[in-house]
Amino acid sequence: MNGSLFHLWFIPLLPFAGFLLNGILGRRLPKWLVTTIALLAPLLSFLFVLSAYVLVMPGKDPDLRHGLIQLPFVETCPQPWLAVGALHIDFSLVLDQLSLVMLLVVTGVGFLIHLYSVGYMHGDPGYARYFSYLNLFLFFMTTLVLAGNVLVMFVGWEGVGLASYLLIGFWFQKKSAADAGKKAFLVNRVGDFGFLIGIFLLLANFGTLTFSEIAAKLALMPYWTGGVLTAICLCLLIGAAGKSAQLPLYVWLPDAMEGPTPVSALIHAATMVTAGVYLIARTHFLFDRSPYALAVVAIVGAATALFAATIGLVQNDIKRVLAYSTISQLGYMFLACGVAAYSAAIFHLVTHAFFKALLFLAAGSVIHALGGEQDLRKMGGLRKKIPVTFWTMTIAVFTIAGFPPLAAFFSKDAILYAAFLQGTAGKALWFVGLATALLTSLYMFRLWYMTFLGESRSPDAHPHESPWSMLVPLVILAALSVGGGWIGVERFGAYLAPAVGEYHAASTIPHLEIILSIVAVLVALEGLLIADKFYRRKPERPAQWAAVLPIGYKVLANKYYIDEIYSAVLVKPLLIVSKYILGWVVDTAILGGLAWLLGGLANFAGMILQRWQSGNLRSYAAWLAAAAAALLFFALYFSGWSFSSLHAEPLNKISHITVLHFGEAR
Amino acid sequence: MHLVLFAIFAALCLAGAINLLVQSHPINSALSLIVVMTSLAVLYLLLGAEFLAIAQIIVYAGAVMVLFTFVVMLLNAGREERTYGSHAAKIVGFPAVAVFLAVIATVLLRAQGLGAAHLGEGLNAAKSLGAANDSSNLVVLSQVLFHELLLPFEVTSVLILIAILGAVALARHEGAERTAEK
Amino acid sequence: MNFLQQDVPIDWYLLLSAALFSLGVVGFLIKRNLITVFMSIELMLNAVNLSFVAFAQQWHAVKGQIFVFFVMMVAAAEAAVGLAIIIAVFRVRATLAVDRIDRMKL
Repeated sequence: MNGSLFHLWFIPLLPFAGFLLNGILGRRLPKWLVTTIALLAPLLSFLFVLSAYVLVMPGKDPDLRHGLIQLPFVETCPQPWLAVGALHIDFSLVLDQLSLVMLLVVTGVGFLIHLYSVGYMHGDPGYARYFSYLNLFLFFMTTLVLAGNVLVMFVGWEGVGLASYLLIGFWFQKKSAADAGKKAFLVNRVGDFGFLIGIFLLLANFGTLTFSEIAAKLALMPYWTGGVLTAICLCLLIGAAGKSAQLPLYVWLPDAMEGPTPVSALIHAATMVTAGVYLIARTHFLFDRSPYALAVVAIVGAATALFAATIGLVQNDIKRVLAYSTISQLGYMFLACGVAAYSAAIFHLVTHAFFKALLFLAAGSVIHALGGEQDLRKMGGLRKKIPVTFWTMTIAVFTIAGFPPLAAFFSKDAILYAAFLQGTAGKALWFVGLATALLTSLYMFRLWYMTFLGESRSPDAHPHESPWSMLVPLVILAALSVGGGWIGVERFGAYLAPAVGEYHAASTIPHLEIILSIVAVLVALEGLLIADKFYRRKPERPAQWAAVLPIGYKVLANKYYIDEIYSAVLVKPLLIVSKYILGWVVDTAILGGLAWLLGGLANFAGMILQRWQSGNLRSYAAWLAAAAAALLFFALYFSGWSFSSLHAEPLNKISHITVLHFGEAR
Repeated sequence: MHLVLFAIFAALCLAGAINLLVQSHPINSALSLIVVMTSLAVLYLLLGAEFLAIAQIIVYAGAVMVLFTFVVMLLNAGREERTYGSHAAKIVGFPAVAVFLAVIATVLLRAQGLGAAHLGEGLNAAKSLGAANDSSNLVVLSQVLFHELLLPFEVTSVLILIAILGAVALARHEGAERTAEK
Repeated sequence: MNFLQQDVPIDWYLLLSAALFSLGVVGFLIKRNLITVFMSIELMLNAVNLSFVAFAQQWHAVKGQIFVFFVMMVAAAEAAVGLAIIIAVFRVRATLAVDRIDRMKL
């Protein structure tokens, strides 16, 4: 493929075509065809992205020193989207290093999860619908990533929210699933509101929404910091927090586990929830101008990471643990953005996609093996029975704990190192990150022990290994988790520099990075040992600890009662307002009353006017006479009470014509 | 002379009209109307319209009113019944008539250019016909009628033909037709 | 003698015509028999004829009289058709009371 055939819009449109085909015709097509369409779309998109990568690479020919296509590669639709007065917005797609990396993750991991879903959703009656929704999600996600201006990104943003709603509530007959879908959408909406305010502020202050133009305008004014830029950044942060499940808008993600496990892997681990981080990285030029906003981002990220880790410690549903783990890891990414280490954040995003997707898919494999069981307390002893799942999940667990030389070791350390370098506050953040790492290691190994090791706590189950379509993605992702971090954050940052700014993390203290890494590994090891003690050697200890701190345990187990607080403070008053004020007063009384009034008026007028058409000849004659008298009266009144001044010109003309015409017929 | 005649026959007109309103049996109303028609014929004579006076007697009093009387007798119309009436007729109609009469009267009494009815001055036909000024009324009338207004004249005769056909079609007895067909 | 030799002012004819017309309208409004109502219509037409002839005399224009001629013709035709309709209505409704013939309503 040469440069002239390369078009960016293939990348979103192929999944969209898959969505349409499977969505409209899926129920009537044979299953193999549905599968083929569904798998072809992300595969072709992925190949396109790969070809983009290849085309960008410099060739041996000196003319092609910069590759067949150059980044940033912009594609704009010739017809503008909005061209109103001074406002001009296009449908434009932009490929630069950041979006290329993101697209590789989205389409690559997306394809693997599509492949996994073939096996996982095999017997489900909504098979075609599922794949059409997955393709729809890919379409919107690629639009979001490729967007060249904020509005196109917002389209993708909303669209992934929609796809998330559809997929979380996929088994909509189950009330909890339908509710979870609604919750996800509504909480996202709150975030989107902040995003919209941010868009409006951007438009008001810059007059354009294209990323490159905003960056250019900012570059012209190097001393513009703070003020309205902080406001814009905070609004964008609200949007990002909603999509990426940070405090206080994280409450939808644990509930989102009601959806099928591949959905959780794709949307709520690898791609959609990282859209917030992507947004911040994309608009880094704004955030760089507002230290206050960056501080808020970092604090939100760190706090969320710790907060979620503490909850994840006591959860008993395997997917809930992983959900809180996702929230926690996203907190790490936000922390990285907050200390302006955007490359580190994206690096962790990429490795997180690998190991978190792997964790979810493996968990799905476990659930599939146990025939639907998701409670950790009923698992155990699966090591020998589902070996492939066991080994891949083991790799994933060691990765997330941060052991070298696996992927997350490099990315997590990059984040913690960058945080440490930012002064005293940075060191506090580093400490929080470290504590979170300890908790992460602890609860992940807890999960690992309770699931695979020890004796089986549900002796009736007959676990069986999953089909190859489910195992192949696991193996591939495991390989990526092992080797994904070896590129190193330095080279990664250098690659991304044109898109997110230079990556500079250097300290005057020599070997600081190595020291901090060793500390992190020790902390992870500590987590492993504690988990080993509590869940393998002395399994009665957790219960003892819970008994010692009953209130603490209860608070953690109930997720700090956040959901209940939200329900009481926000949801219930809203429902009351809707039902009573808007429902009774406005809808029934005011609007209904108005409608009733109008109808009554029409009725009444009709009743009165009906009397006029009585059929009575004399009354008709009377009204005729009255009208004639009135006409005559007014005609004469306005022409002075004499017949001669009544203007009869038209009549004269008519009589002249008649006379003349018949005069000839003599 | 003219004044006396006018007074007598105008009074007769009005009396006949009022009688028409007052009588309850339609045949009485019809006869009163004949009185009105005839008086009007005399008034036309006083206005120098001899042909029209004769036409009035022949057509109106002699044909139309006879037709009315025939129908009254055919339908055996009796005295008027007291039906529920119409409030609108009285409340709306009478004031309307009063207003109308008042307006016309006002205009007429304020009119400047109206003179008196002089007989014998002759009538003007259309100038292009060049009729002599002292031709009789009939001559002048027929000259205009058959020269300028020939087409409307013919159309009127067609109209009367249509009216005859229409009257026959409307008033035909349905049963007689069926028995005639058998 | 002078008094009797006077010519009649035209507006007296016109006033008479207006009076006859008003009486015709009143008759239309208060009579309850269909045929009598029709007769009132004829009265109205005649009143109008009188005013036409008066004006024809006033302005020495024969056109006014010709108009009366045509009015008479049309009135005769109309009387014929109208009475035929009354006969037809009587056949259906068996009554000549104006207030009972009120089917043309909502």
